[in-house]
Amino acid sequence: MTTIANASSGVIGQPMLRREDPKLLSGEARFTDDLKIPGALWIGLVRSPFANAKIISIDTQDAKASPGIVAVYVASDLQSEWAGPIPSAWQVTPDMKSPAHYPLASGKANYVGDPVAVVVGNSPTEVADAVALVDVSYEELPAVVDLEEALTDANVIHEELGTNKCYVWELNPNPQGIEDAFKSAAHVVKERYIQQRLIPAAMEPRSVAVVPSPMGGDYTLYSATQIPHILKVMTALTVGISESKIRVIAPSVGGGFGSKLDVYPEELLCLALARKHKVPVRWTEERTEGAQATIQGRGQVQHIELAADKDGKLLGVRADIIADMGGYQQLITAGVPLLGAFLYHGAYHTPTYAFKCTGVYTNKTPTDAYRGAGRPEATYAIERAMDSLAKTVGVDPAEIRRRNFIPTESFPYNSPAGLVFDSGNYGPNLDQALTAVGYDTLRADQEKRRAEGSTKHLGIGLSFFVEMCGLAPSRVLASLNYAAGGWESATVRILPTSKVQVVTGTAPHGQGHETVWAMIVADKLGISVDDIEVLHSDTSIAPHGMDTYGSRSLSVGGSAVHIATERVLEKAQKIAAHLLEASEDDLEYQGGIFSVKGSPDKTMPLAAIAFEAFTAHNLPDGLEPNLEATTTWDPPNFTFPFGSHIAVVEVDEETGKVELLRYMAVDDCGPRVNPLIVEGQIHGGLAQGIGQALYEEAVYDSAGNLLNATFADYLLPSAAELPTFELGNTVTPSPTNPLGVKGIGEAGAIASPPAVMNAIVDALSHIGPIQIEMPASPERVWKAIQAVRA
Amino acid sequence: MYPASFNYLRASSVREAISMIGDNEDAKFIAGGHSLVPLMKLRLATPSTLVDIGRLTDLSYVREDGGQIAIGALTRHRDLEISPVLNAKAPIIAKVAGQVGDPSVRHKGTIGGSIAHGDGASDLPAAALALDAVFVAEGPSGRREIKSTDFHKGFLETALAPNEVLVEIRIPANIKSWSFQKFNRRAQDWAIVGVAAVKNGSTRVALINMGSTPLRAAGTESAIQSGASLKEAASQADLGLDPPGDLNATVEFRRHLAHVLVGRALEELG
Repeated sequence: MTTIANASSGVIGQPMLRREDPKLLSGEARFTDDLKIPGALWIGLVRSPFANAKIISIDTQDAKASPGIVAVYVASDLQSEWAGPIPSAWQVTPDMKSPAHYPLASGKANYVGDPVAVVVGNSPTEVADAVALVDVSYEELPAVVDLEEALTDANVIHEELGTNKCYVWELNPNPQGIEDAFKSAAHVVKERYIQQRLIPAAMEPRSVAVVPSPMGGDYTLYSATQIPHILKVMTALTVGISESKIRVIAPSVGGGFGSKLDVYPEELLCLALARKHKVPVRWTEERTEGAQATIQGRGQVQHIELAADKDGKLLGVRADIIADMGGYQQLITAGVPLLGAFLYHGAYHTPTYAFKCTGVYTNKTPTDAYRGAGRPEATYAIERAMDSLAKTVGVDPAEIRRRNFIPTESFPYNSPAGLVFDSGNYGPNLDQALTAVGYDTLRADQEKRRAEGSTKHLGIGLSFFVEMCGLAPSRVLASLNYAAGGWESATVRILPTSKVQVVTGTAPHGQGHETVWAMIVADKLGISVDDIEVLHSDTSIAPHGMDTYGSRSLSVGGSAVHIATERVLEKAQKIAAHLLEASEDDLEYQGGIFSVKGSPDKTMPLAAIAFEAFTAHNLPDGLEPNLEATTTWDPPNFTFPFGSHIAVVEVDEETGKVELLRYMAVDDCGPRVNPLIVEGQIHGGLAQGIGQALYEEAVYDSAGNLLNATFADYLLPSAAELPTFELGNTVTPSPTNPLGVKGIGEAGAIASPPAVMNAIVDALSHIGPIQIEMPASPERVWKAIQAVRA
Repeated sequence: MYPASFNYLRASSVREAISMIGDNEDAKFIAGGHSLVPLMKLRLATPSTLVDIGRLTDLSYVREDGGQIAIGALTRHRDLEISPVLNAKAPIIAKVAGQVGDPSVRHKGTIGGSIAHGDGASDLPAAALALDAVFVAEGPSGRREIKSTDFHKGFLETALAPNEVLVEIRIPANIKSWSFQKFNRRAQDWAIVGVAAVKNGSTRVALINMGSTPLRAAGTESAIQSGASLKEAASQADLGLDPPGDLNATVEFRRHLAHVLVGRALEELG
């Protein structure tokens, strides 16, 4: 077979500006709330102000009489609308316990924000006024807020489950081995960390609009979602409408970070009420609703133990975590901690490994995937514990990592948790970061400040991460009891006029697939990116897809695009050979033109072949008309990006304020199709990870009230809080996909929290062993210093 | 969140604004809207009528006036920040205004709005206190002057009558020795604790977010008067005060920060 399909025309690797941006920046892009939908009714949710309360009665009379109100429904009014509960797609163990969960709570509300009634009216403002008029009588019950307390079952949230414990998931391939490792260890480190809850806070709030077809019978569901395909299946099953009657469109979507990887009550209500009222029904979230009733991220208590020999080489890693489900299961709530289950040994070889996770219900907003989903938690635990091990052994944090790195020659590496790490070359990556940041100079500066008695201490924090991306090999998902596959679909279609349509099953919401997928095709076909259009996020145009999350889109979806392009080119080559009366093997392809080797005048541009394929007047025998190929790519393995991140902080001992002076990230995500977009992803991820380390936390009081449900109180970092990021890269291709790519969407959020926290601990290490949790607020830092000094 | 419904009137003069508000005690003046609108959106404030004075551009000025500086109440924070008069004669106001909120807040918010709102966590009222400013208010019966020390009565409560408009802020010119210490977690936030200090004859130290109103650090001021060391004076910063506790700082930490920041301010005053 020919080698033509493997040629590159140099588009891949160029830092092209995003084609999406002019529309987004000029306001021309249309988000769901921007859509003009004449005659639409709006809904508003009456939400529980109590975390745990029996619903005694709901009086809707005043709301119904309010101007512009069409209807007010409580759970019992709508029970016949549902063919099933709000879906949970990840039953992680056969005996996992899940409460019934419908769009409106009946009988009992289980978190502040739990919807108990829905108001339907002519405008969002009239609906907002009427929501305030719905009179709900509650009997307040004690709230279950703390995870460890929840596990005592002193107060059981869901009586029908009989316990707050959702599941116990355990991975312990060598129980005796790990016991022995800890018994024989020269050094043992035991740490407990808290992963605070985070509010995803995508720039665009959630929004949904359902429009019944004027011909009747089917529905177009517009949603600010990152999963139009999964949403179509799930709404069909839940609302009881044939999947073929639902078209889901995600218009421009302003970020998600996992929070739009879900099926929400409001989407189901709009669909059911559009069916019931036979008119369009829509809803857009308010910010405080977003804080309370869109899923939150993280929420774990982590115990990690390291066993090491006298030189600090790991003998065993043991993690035991409690994961906060919140009040209910959402789409993949239970499975999120398990995406980290295999990574608590990080980038380090350990002969023995064990992991255990206990999921627990609390009276708080449900948790689910948030940028990194399970992997930031794992990385945080191992990277902070490695610093503790370095201290215990008495070596530099960089040295303890070097001693334990999975050796380059071990790849593909069979991990003790049962994964195969595809490729890695960790040592040179770390060396590059240390050199670039000037590690030795920084250490000297640190010593100098200490010698001078400065009250502003310099800290250098290291984090080396490895994560698993490219969700996912479908068979592996099956082994984890996940209810879907991990493949991705792509169609590449060359139209008669030689314009190219790329149809993808990924669902970009800020990632830049319209640019990058076009680059992949342009690179292969040798044509301009301007001649390529990328179609996505409409289930009628792209019927098959698994959508966008888990840094999967390029390695899985981009690979599918790559393969479909190859197939189209192979077909074009057959037609070219036929028309040029040459053997396929004698053809060359460059710049969009086939030519016959040795006969430079015998050429045929792709455009001409596209037209020939369309007219089908003169095609080789047995070849179908048209230049189009569809493929579905199921990756054989995950990809394992890695990198070294170094944070440099200054800690003001008098006020506890931490200033992030510098941040160096040397990421290895394999070859970079568009380095500009890669850097953008790293910047965004770093901002969120640094946000977790220093600023962000969804704070609940003992009654289960979210105390910071506005942007005045929930501290998202802005550009003013962040230094100019210093980025470097190494390139270790993945052998698992044809592009060799690994994924970069979550890396920044995964690597940065431990880098920053290690830097703070390092800054104060001469004062004493600082115990501090995230976010490292000035008061926490100040109190941690007082505690050590006391 | 959507605010509750309200009437909206736009005034084209102070006099018209006063007559529009009449004796309606549920009505509020609105200028830049950056304090009032967030409260309305959370439905913590539900005025029946807003009288918009935001377009009274004749109240936007900074000028020298007989050894004093007169600042029109409608002057936006950004205009204070870049005012040549302030930067030359009373740079503390320019400096403080330049750290309020973020750029969009600074281009909309006004000094009069900030002072009339009377939030103990706001920076400009404290700077005005440290400068011993005088506020000029206009009501149905004309103008009157209110000393800054008599202005703040309680939580979001001032000496202004509901039908009085704050029209001008008068501060001394030629402020040479001053310090502004703003401690927060993010640049755009209110101060967790802030200090505005001025040495102009006597030393006046005002504190931000150390009580329900903008206030002066009486303990520090009297310690300085009686000749205490800067360190001793700083340790009196929270004397007699009842600072709030919130997610950013407990009462205990606020008191500590007041000591540290007043100490730094006094050191800067020299």
